[in-house]
Amino acid sequence: MTLPGDPKLRARLGIVLIGIALAVLPFVVGANFGNSWVRIIDFALLYVMLALGLNIVVGFAGLLDLGYIAFYAVGAYLYALLSSPHLATAFPAVFASAPAWSVWLVLPLGALVAGLFGVLLGTPTLKLRGDYLAIVTLGFGEIIRIFLNNLNAPLNLTNGPQGINNIQSAEIAGQSLGRSFELFGLQIPSVTAHYYFFLALTLLVIFICVRLQDSRLGRAWVAIREDELAARACGINTRNVKLLAFGLGATFGGVAGGLFAGFQGFVSPESFGLLESIMVLCMVVLGGMGHIAGVILGALLLALLPEVLRWGAAPVQQWLFGKVLVDPESLRLLLFGVALVLVMRWRPAGLWPSALRKRELAAHAEVA
Amino acid sequence: MDIFIQQIINGLVLGSIYALVALGYTMVYGILGLINFAHGEVVMIGALTALTAIGLLVPSGLPGPVVVLGGLLIAIPVCMAVGFSIERIAYRPLRNAPRLAPLITAIGVSIVLQQLAMMGWGRNYHTFPAILPTTPHQVFGAAITDLQILIVVTAAVLMAALLWLITRTRLGRAMRATSENPAVARLMGVDVDRVIAFTFVLGSALAAVAGVMVAANYSIAHYAMGFMLGLKAFTAAVLGGIGNVGGAMLGGLLLGIIESLGAGYIGDLTGGFLGSHYQDVFAFFVLILVLVFRPSGLMGEKVAERA
Repeated sequence: MTLPGDPKLRARLGIVLIGIALAVLPFVVGANFGNSWVRIIDFALLYVMLALGLNIVVGFAGLLDLGYIAFYAVGAYLYALLSSPHLATAFPAVFASAPAWSVWLVLPLGALVAGLFGVLLGTPTLKLRGDYLAIVTLGFGEIIRIFLNNLNAPLNLTNGPQGINNIQSAEIAGQSLGRSFELFGLQIPSVTAHYYFFLALTLLVIFICVRLQDSRLGRAWVAIREDELAARACGINTRNVKLLAFGLGATFGGVAGGLFAGFQGFVSPESFGLLESIMVLCMVVLGGMGHIAGVILGALLLALLPEVLRWGAAPVQQWLFGKVLVDPESLRLLLFGVALVLVMRWRPAGLWPSALRKRELAAHAEVA
Repeated sequence: MDIFIQQIINGLVLGSIYALVALGYTMVYGILGLINFAHGEVVMIGALTALTAIGLLVPSGLPGPVVVLGGLLIAIPVCMAVGFSIERIAYRPLRNAPRLAPLITAIGVSIVLQQLAMMGWGRNYHTFPAILPTTPHQVFGAAITDLQILIVVTAAVLMAALLWLITRTRLGRAMRATSENPAVARLMGVDVDRVIAFTFVLGSALAAVAGVMVAANYSIAHYAMGFMLGLKAFTAAVLGGIGNVGGAMLGGLLLGIIESLGAGYIGDLTGGFLGSHYQDVFAFFVLILVLVFRPSGLMGEKVAERA
């Protein structure tokens, strides 16, 4: 088989092939490995969205944010409150019946509120340098989690450590994604329906990121990352541009959080710990800070790794040592830690860096 | 009124521990301009190592304080070795890297240490045996135990020794020179690499002592204790002015007092809306307020933007 020579045509062919692969993926995976793996892929898509959102803050603007998961939490809890009977049971005087908002209202609202939280966090921290910023954002993430954990008394807003359950799945064109249904004679399980829903939104997020990267704003972020003083001297309003990075990054987190709440059916504070923030950061760093394709790769790799470990680590250890020495969960974290250290040492631009970043780092090395 | 004094005493005890840990952050930051994220984990390793050693020593029938001293003498070298290795393996190769790189590495080291500790010591809480005298003494209507006195006095002695070391010895002068300007210090014949390694080792030794103090004060230790403690100690260092040794001591004491007063009175202040389980939030609010209104800290000099 010979490929057509025209590179433009080849690129289009590639896109069509990837599109077909993405379209049939849940059916192939579902038929061969079972629907639990489709579910894992759904979560991987959520992580792609999260990682792309954090990439705006860390990768484009160079602001190290260690509390990113807080925005995910905000989106998830907002969705949970507006699509579950929790408010009606906690405040029967105010809410006569359980609120059941359309997903098309809740998701933009979640994005907006998370974005506001992002700006709220950004405002006091604008003047801080990288390492201080990291700690303050980390503190912010912890504050949100502590409040989610404790806001069950005296007003039961978040139901404390038990979390909120009975959250309605997203409903699209009158069809709830929470149950399997039939379409054109095909049986569509809930996870597969969610897959297409998440995939569409992920593609939208990717599109926005690509457009942002080449925009005036995107170039302003990169300028700030490289040298804030010089950027300001060039007429960039560094304050607004940084706030926009925080706000927009948080927006993606809010959307992903809403999707997570609807998909999972319950939310609790323990889904939003520091380790989750670090996991998303790992995705960005390992994949290639500031490079959209790299970040997607990083997110997919790290989201699938724990499943592969869960499936493969125990048997391999059984075979090697005759017993399971390290449980998959700590093995996963251990590998994360080691990977962070090794990548920073040997491939500081990530596994799949952008061409520009690679050049910059090479120039850095020559100067140093 | 006696509740107020009791909270102040508790705060002082807590604050002395924060101060010891904060010194580790501030010394490293002063010299390298790096937040050693893994420092909290060194404290945790110190606490767990000492507890293991103490557990082995208790059956020997030696008096309590001797047993604890024995645990300390084992924990200190272990922590020194850990601190030394962290610097050697994770930070030294990155000394000229872009500034986000060592920070990310530090997070990685922190996760690795925590998981290794979990494998070694398990997920459960380890209890500190009741071998130290805890008879309460009455002071102005509040109670202070022997253990609390011991913690405050030990911390004070260690800090005085550290100040002496930094201001009066050759090594201390080398540390101050390196912190001022590593390149020039090297020209003046200071072995900068050795000074940096020594700083890590010294900070880790203090962390080991702090770890034993935390374990004794709360009677428990476990593999995840280092994270929150490290954050609070870092806050203390920032509050005092990061890079400033005296500031770390002051910041530690202040933060301890703020926290225990805050936890004691938040219920009354908010009419019962927020309770003492918000204790951990105070440190972060203090941190954010300091960074917004006085980023150089209470005793710090104004620092210029690092290029």
